[in-house]
Amino acid sequence: MNGLALRLRRRLVVAMLVLTALLLVAGLAAGSEGWSLPSLWGPDAALIVGQIRAPRTLGAWLVGVLLGLAGAVAQGLFRNPLADPYLLGAASGATLAVVLGLAAQALAGHYISLGTADLLSRAGLVLGAFVGALGGVLLTLLLSRGAQHTTRLLLAGVVVGVVLGAASDLVTTVAPDALRGKQWFMLGSTSFLGWDSVLLLGAGALVCVPLAWRLARALDALTLGIDSALSLGLDLSKLRLVLVVVLALATGLAVAQSGLIAFVGLVAPHLVRRFAPSAQGYLLVVSALMGGTLLLAADVLARLLIAPQELPVGVLTALLGGGYLLWLLHRRGIE
Amino acid sequence: MSALMCEGVRVSLGGMPVLNDVSLALQPGWTAIVGPNGVGKSTLLRVLAGLLPPAAGTVTLQGRPIAGWPARERAQRLAWLAQQGEARGELTVRDVVHLGRLPHLGLFTPPGPDDEAIVDAAMAATECSAWQHRQLHGLSGGERQRALIARALAVQAAVLLLDEPTTHLDPPHQVALVRLFQRLARTQRVVSVLHDLSLALQADRLVVMQHGRIAAEGAHDDPLVHAALESVFDHALRVQRVGARFLTLPNLDD
Repeated sequence: MNGLALRLRRRLVVAMLVLTALLLVAGLAAGSEGWSLPSLWGPDAALIVGQIRAPRTLGAWLVGVLLGLAGAVAQGLFRNPLADPYLLGAASGATLAVVLGLAAQALAGHYISLGTADLLSRAGLVLGAFVGALGGVLLTLLLSRGAQHTTRLLLAGVVVGVVLGAASDLVTTVAPDALRGKQWFMLGSTSFLGWDSVLLLGAGALVCVPLAWRLARALDALTLGIDSALSLGLDLSKLRLVLVVVLALATGLAVAQSGLIAFVGLVAPHLVRRFAPSAQGYLLVVSALMGGTLLLAADVLARLLIAPQELPVGVLTALLGGGYLLWLLHRRGIE
Repeated sequence: MSALMCEGVRVSLGGMPVLNDVSLALQPGWTAIVGPNGVGKSTLLRVLAGLLPPAAGTVTLQGRPIAGWPARERAQRLAWLAQQGEARGELTVRDVVHLGRLPHLGLFTPPGPDDEAIVDAAMAATECSAWQHRQLHGLSGGERQRALIARALAVQAAVLLLDEPTTHLDPPHQVALVRLFQRLARTQRVVSVLHDLSLALQADRLVVMQHGRIAAEGAHDDPLVHAALESVFDHALRVQRVGARFLTLPNLDD
């Protein structure tokens, strides 16, 4: 490998690891009263840091890892740098499930105690969002009759997104109580992440990252065109299906735990390509790391910017990610 | 029996017949497929590569129907170069040439020293070693074409199917490629679709196509092949002997 390219790639990984370590500490020290390092060893550290900030910080990083990975997989699979993890109906499926759950909760609230309803709601919404995300992708796969044709898959994803989005709107029209919850879900938040979330997200990352990495050479071959990849003996139908499953699992887990966090999956692979262009193996793994770093940074900022209030982290990622893409467009225009 | 052959092949694309009852048994050496635009040369190559199943007829590789071969085993025996090689992503030339080893290694086996040596040799053969660490999408058309040809060479397949391999190449590299094909043809079957008819006439055999059929097939010095060549191009060219070689010249006479 070229010495310069290798150095760039190493530097990017080291920079991200250092930044992630610093952001993890920042995440542990950032609370509703702003930035406070002494809170790390204060009398309430076990409760505040151990039970609230630590799982939230680690969880945010893991959500970012899964979204960054899913974005890189989507862009490689669809051979399109504008592809994002939500293309195949995961977002609309999860949103519909959450809206249905919230509507059911509002209805059940009339019959059971508020505390029981809240508990059921929290567990049910996470599970529902996950099932909804996978269901959305499954529906897309059914409509496109498998994963053989990427264009058909993309079109089916668009149709599923529009139809399930309309269904969500219909539910909120009938049950307006669900509207506020839907809004929170669509803005994305890391404030509900606990140790159970960290375990689930960590397990998901441990499955998805190595699996995607193992299939990286297939994505490399796809950059030469579909016929060229087929002529190299690749079973593209099966490979696409496995990659769609990785994409659905990573996105579903992330969405279920933190709602729809925009732009992380889209921007993370772009940043990696910009700083250290490389083959897909490196791109997939480092996009995951980049996604983690980005979301962690956004989470810390969201807690500190208007403390003691907190910005929905999805709003911040949308603003920063959108700004970055605009800058990229402007720069390309100049070039 | 020919290593690769097709019999009675018919193909329609978008409802239009493209290949009509085409039968061809590839002989050892270098075969050039020539003919006017739209006669089905690239389609025939895709059918021979097993990338496009024909509506009728059979394609056999080493006596077995091509569709019956496991994909990887077929890919080890047949290397294919696309007409317009795509170059998305950030792959370097070396990364791309390495992909030629995929049929042998699969997705999960890392390349060993032998594979590295094969990749080096393929890049040396097409003179792209000097810029092997540059990204494919940053290269000129000719440089990119040489990298993609090296990728096909790295497969070390018994049959090389190359669709317009001289596209974008400057004259010195076209000549170098002809010499390479002549060298490869001693041990492999090389099949190339070519638009430069003077280059095509340096092949061992020519397949002349017209209207989705094979109009003539034979050795490069066969007068019947020359006559067919002039005929399918409406006598806009003449085949002429220059020294020991045959070349085409534009026919500017009334």
